[in-house]
Amino acid sequence: MQQVNHNHTIITLENVCFSYTKEEVIKDVTLEIHKGDYVGIVGPNGGGKTTLLKLMLGLIKPNDGKVSLFGTDINAFKDWPTIGYVPQKTTVETNFPVSVEEVVAMGRYGKRGLFHFPTKGDRAKTHEALKQVDMLEFKDRQISDLSGGQQQRVFIARALVTEPEIIFLDEPTVGVDIKTQKQFYQLLRKLNKELNLTLVLVSHELDVVAHEATELVYINRTLEYYGDPNEFLKGAYFHELIEKGGLHH
Amino acid sequence: MLDLFQYSFIVRGFEAGIIIAIIAPLIGMFLVLRRYSLIADTLAHVSLAGVAIGLLFKINPLITAIGAAVFSSVLIERLRMSKRIYGESALSIFLSGSLALAIVLISLSDGFGVDLFSYLFGSIVTVTQNDVYIIAGLGIVVIGTIIAFYKELVYTTFDEEAAQVSGIPTRFINLLLIILAAFTVSLSIPIVGVLLISALIVIPVVTALQFKLGFRQTILLAEVFSIVSVLGGIVTAFYLNVSTGGTIVLFTVTLFALAYIFQRTK
Repeated sequence: MQQVNHNHTIITLENVCFSYTKEEVIKDVTLEIHKGDYVGIVGPNGGGKTTLLKLMLGLIKPNDGKVSLFGTDINAFKDWPTIGYVPQKTTVETNFPVSVEEVVAMGRYGKRGLFHFPTKGDRAKTHEALKQVDMLEFKDRQISDLSGGQQQRVFIARALVTEPEIIFLDEPTVGVDIKTQKQFYQLLRKLNKELNLTLVLVSHELDVVAHEATELVYINRTLEYYGDPNEFLKGAYFHELIEKGGLHH
Repeated sequence: MLDLFQYSFIVRGFEAGIIIAIIAPLIGMFLVLRRYSLIADTLAHVSLAGVAIGLLFKINPLITAIGAAVFSSVLIERLRMSKRIYGESALSIFLSGSLALAIVLISLSDGFGVDLFSYLFGSIVTVTQNDVYIIAGLGIVVIGTIIAFYKELVYTTFDEEAAQVSGIPTRFINLLLIILAAFTVSLSIPIVGVLLISALIVIPVVTALQFKLGFRQTILLAEVFSIVSVLGGIVTAFYLNVSTGGTIVLFTVTLFALAYIFQRTK
């Protein structure tokens, strides 16, 4: 069963602000993510969902405020293999001459130092991760030969291969059909419940995510809601949004 | 065929040519996949400015070309990282700027006559024994560095953000790649010349990519195309008494055309 341990904090954001230009995209956000949480980050386009994720991963630095991972300031954080990341598919060059197995093996490169080539152990872990996402039989195929949904599973395997404690996913179901999408959310549920993996998922599909996640973050530059998704759906704020047509599906 | 090796300049040409043929696709693979092919052309023009400086001050032009290319590669990467201007615009500024500098320096010294032509299009006749030593030494450094950072280069090229999250210092890897490209480009000048370098770096890789193989197999195949082109080019140019650089590049283009047609009609 799922164990959300609210004593075990994985990510802490304290009064985080960020701007690309003069206008602030993220304004004074404070939140904590705990072990075992399945956090859905939703909000309008341009509301700062992906920016928030990138701040948590240290891909961009806040103008103000502090981000900590596992209690360590992100600037001093070194234990990157505990973190898995599935980027937005558009940022990945999928027409690349690599096999599925090679893609997943990349996930372990950060663990290996210079001149250290992948070992047998790495290979076993790679196969294990592919098995977890039901893609082992595709290991010798080129990544460009796979469908969007299959590629996404491979990228999840790449995130799983270091045996992380938390996985971040940025709009993983964009361009994927409904059936594949359902299987995809099933897989995430399995990872969250069976492996007790903490998940942070950015999505524009509020209705789907609200039913999947255990915690919901609604961000529109400021943190407008953080808590139980069911409460959010029942709440006045949600209805106000519908009336204003502020939901972007 | 044997009479070919009676000429020491041909032997030097082969020695330098083989090293260049090996390192060009190694670097080319990463540049092509990052949509960064234009960097090779830019660094080649920067190298020409370096050559002009060398000829003006009577220093070995290969050394000044390497210096200019490496120095500019660091500047280009910094400019690109600052994101104040588009990456391509940064390249254009360096490309035309250094060509302008080269031509001004050349006209200052009343032109360098036949020398300049051989730097533009390559001429193995001008390769000295010292050049061979420099090309071999630095060529080995380039190959060693790529082997050492192979995993990091592959991951950063495939998915820079995920590579960064996995703990790979991607900024350093990007800088390393562009510096290695600078070495490769400037070392190739004596063989294929400034105007034809990017062909040797880009075309064998693009040819190998037609076959849709894994990463390592693609690099190996590109090596085969590159070495065949360089050796075939030098031999053919010798017997037909034509430009070596031009012949080498025509070999790469022919191999590309054959691979393309073969893949389309399969």
